[in-house]
Amino acid sequence: MKLIKKLSLAFTAAAIIVPASYAADLSIEIENLTRGTFFTPLAVAAHPDGTSLFSSGAAASTEIQAMAEGGSLTGIETFLTGIGATQDIDPAGGLLLPGASATANLNTDGTTNTLLSVVGMMLPTNDGFVAINAINIPTTAGTHVFFANAYDAGTEANDEIIGSGDPGMAGFPAPAPVAATTGTGGTGVAATAEGFIHIHRGVLGDINATGGDSDIDSTMHRWLNPVAKISITVN
Amino acid sequence: MNSAKVNSRSKFGLKRSVLMTAALSASLFIVGCSSNDNAVSGSVSNLAEFEIVVTNLSASQPMSPIALAMHNPDWTSFTTGEPASLALENLAEGGDNSTYLAAADASNNVFHSESGNGAISPGASETLTVQVNQSDLGTLSFSVLSMLVNTNDAVVAINNQSIASISLNETLGFNALSYDSGTEANTETADTMPGPAAAGGAQEGFNAVRDDVRDAVYVHAGVVTQSDGLASSVLSAEHRWDHPVFRVTVERTQ
Repeated sequence: MKLIKKLSLAFTAAAIIVPASYAADLSIEIENLTRGTFFTPLAVAAHPDGTSLFSSGAAASTEIQAMAEGGSLTGIETFLTGIGATQDIDPAGGLLLPGASATANLNTDGTTNTLLSVVGMMLPTNDGFVAINAINIPTTAGTHVFFANAYDAGTEANDEIIGSGDPGMAGFPAPAPVAATTGTGGTGVAATAEGFIHIHRGVLGDINATGGDSDIDSTMHRWLNPVAKISITVN
Repeated sequence: MNSAKVNSRSKFGLKRSVLMTAALSASLFIVGCSSNDNAVSGSVSNLAEFEIVVTNLSASQPMSPIALAMHNPDWTSFTTGEPASLALENLAEGGDNSTYLAAADASNNVFHSESGNGAISPGASETLTVQVNQSDLGTLSFSVLSMLVNTNDAVVAINNQSIASISLNETLGFNALSYDSGTEANTETADTMPGPAAAGGAQEGFNAVRDDVRDAVYVHAGVVTQSDGLASSVLSAEHRWDHPVFRVTVERTQ
């Protein structure tokens, strides 16, 4: 995973002036705003200036790919630990259902973790994920609201049929709550992996529960951005 | 609200809006000139005045007459993830803002509320001029709501947006998202939508039954339309939209 280094001079100067201001006790509520899209376990992390999980326009790391195609956070967690991040993995305790909320708690005392990122796969999609990407954590006490968009990792063709959650394997995984809302027997939407991370174009879907091109339901699983509301409370 | 009413308001909405703005300007020196002011009082010198312009950014979705409220942060029109109020359901399913405005008028948290003068056609704007006491500026927020009438229950909203920091002659701009009120199934049929796209059908507005995927407000997913494979829909590709759906500017003019 690529680590973005900013000018070390500026970083050092800032660190000298306000080291104590990095300490923060944060509650981060993530609300799924969609009609019928599930979020797989979320990674919520405060991390140092100059670091990020991904960059739009660039190819996804293997860690982002594993998260976006199958919901695995193992690689993300290891990466975050490596950069000294303060993290709360899977605050929802599994799938975050449409309309539901979960709250992560982060205490950045004693760290230089001034940026916040939240990522989690969106189901049913092939490699779509919800994200807040390295935003500045507010420093004033109170609740600050941000909205999160849907991204496409660009690592898998959006064929929109049930298949594998393993990186590089076609299709999307459908755990029981998701499978209860999706169709079967789709022949697959013609698509190729885009090769770079971008704002998701949305899903096509169809209304044929047992055939058609797609296993995604066009009346249930489409969305318009934003897909999540992120409320950061600085305690 | 039936579609005839929506259409007639759409036809005359802009002209009436202009007239109303002129009338309000001329009557600035008359205290309590607006019939539905419920909080403004006192002399001109302690009033703050705002010119609020709402522009419909959609391709083919007329917006029902807006509901505007100037209020403190304790007034909230709805909360995503929670069931819609009956007032929001009336507005979102039928374009009828009267229940919402009655609730706003009755609330101590609302400084001023009023209806737009008519439907706002795609591409069109409406300007409202409103006043609040300057003593209310410190906690001032506002909300604007309108139904996309060629839908089952889509409402476009600025929901409890703070403008407490606004200074004289400053203009602030906000983009509005569409929300599904979660109160009606998105069938997109002529019998269930009040807008002109449903002409020939029953065009029902409000119906107390709540039969959407869940009884809670969420960000709207857009319409599917017949053009995109939903055979029961009377909507076509032109009725789709993306965010933002309307733009609102708030200028403090006094």
